[in-house]
Amino acid sequence: MTLAIDILSWAMMTTGGVFVLLGGIGALRLPNIYTRMHAASLTDTMASILVLAGIMLQAGLSLATVKLLAILIFLLLTGPTASYAIANAALLSGMLPGALMKTPPEEDESNT
Amino acid sequence: MSAENAIVVIFGVFLLTLLVITALAVVRTKNLFVAVMLMAIFSLLMAANFFILDAADVALTEAAIGAGITTVLFLSALALTAELEQSQTKGRLAALSVVTVLAAVMIWATFDKPRLGDPDAPVHQHVAPWYLEQTPELIGIPNVVTAVLGTFRAYDTLGEVFVVFAASIGVLFVLSGGQGLDRGLMRDADSEGLRHHLIPKVVGKLLVPFIVLFGLYVQFHGEYGPGGGFQAGAIIATGIILYALLEGESAALHALPRSALQGMIVGGAMLYGLVGVAGIALGGNFLDYSVLASDPVIAQQIGIILIEAGVGITVCGALLSIFHCFAARGTT
Repeated sequence: MTLAIDILSWAMMTTGGVFVLLGGIGALRLPNIYTRMHAASLTDTMASILVLAGIMLQAGLSLATVKLLAILIFLLLTGPTASYAIANAALLSGMLPGALMKTPPEEDESNT
Repeated sequence: MSAENAIVVIFGVFLLTLLVITALAVVRTKNLFVAVMLMAIFSLLMAANFFILDAADVALTEAAIGAGITTVLFLSALALTAELEQSQTKGRLAALSVVTVLAAVMIWATFDKPRLGDPDAPVHQHVAPWYLEQTPELIGIPNVVTAVLGTFRAYDTLGEVFVVFAASIGVLFVLSGGQGLDRGLMRDADSEGLRHHLIPKVVGKLLVPFIVLFGLYVQFHGEYGPGGGFQAGAIIATGIILYALLEGESAALHALPRSALQGMIVGGAMLYGLVGVAGIALGGNFLDYSVLASDPVIAQQIGIILIEAGVGITVCGALLSIFHCFAARGTT
């Protein structure tokens, strides 16, 4: 039984770590702020759920699990809200989602 | 070296490397908004570093004040000034040489420093063992940091509270003079809070009571876990600043008017001082709590609760007053 719980929790934490890595790579490699936020939100939601759930399985039924659950709920509430605020601020400051696609035609115009 | 130690060392090196990178980025960037955000990251890394070194109380302070309140204050100050740093060419060489010499002296000084965690280091030989031995017997609380801060070195903490008090008086004098008090930046009709942003408003309103509740927990649990008046004051101030950002500054001022904030600054410092005077009145020394009740151990705990409350009230009032000062100043 403990072995099964250990395997499950390690699998969850490893998958969570992979999601953090993917989020980091995406935030570095993707072309504009909206796609980068899409990648970064992986670490906010999926990765934190998996990692914290994995730690909760390790902690068992204790006060630590309750605290971890509180942290998880806090992250799940604030992460998406922060993403919304960033996207909203970007849109208000004039960054359009398709801004990157519009640049090549402008370059063509300057060339001609 | 055990596996646990190795992990601590790896984490420490990783965090300190990130700290250096962040510091260099802060110096290099010309955009002040970026610099403020990087400073918040710097504080958060610093807090994680303190936590690895088992200084949970300091970590909590650094996270609440460095990453939380200071960022808000910097941003509200930036709203009144330019976004880009002015380029400066004169005196660069002199500044560089001064910094180089200072850095060399400081690095040279670290060679005399004992190894990290060395039990024979002077700091562990002086009064620290006595504090660790006597706290359970004399004060009867598990958190030795609170015991040292609240009773053994209560004079120092009194000094700190008065420094906060004096500093906030100074900031209030500098910032609230002159025009702009009535038609502030955040009081314009169209920027009254985040009225049009439903998601941050709903989530934020949901969080404010829990942030304040957590602040009260940190305040009154400071004798048993990490925390105390300084951290709690900053956390509660953060909750109320969040409320001010969501609902507009005037709503926050309606809930906690300026006069109440000034009363908090003065009242907290007064409460601390009065606990000291009460010690004299009951026949003890200044800031000697053991005469406050018949059982000296319980009396010490009563004293700690009272002075920590004074610290929390003063810090909270000071931070909120400074925030309102920035927010109320127009861009004239």
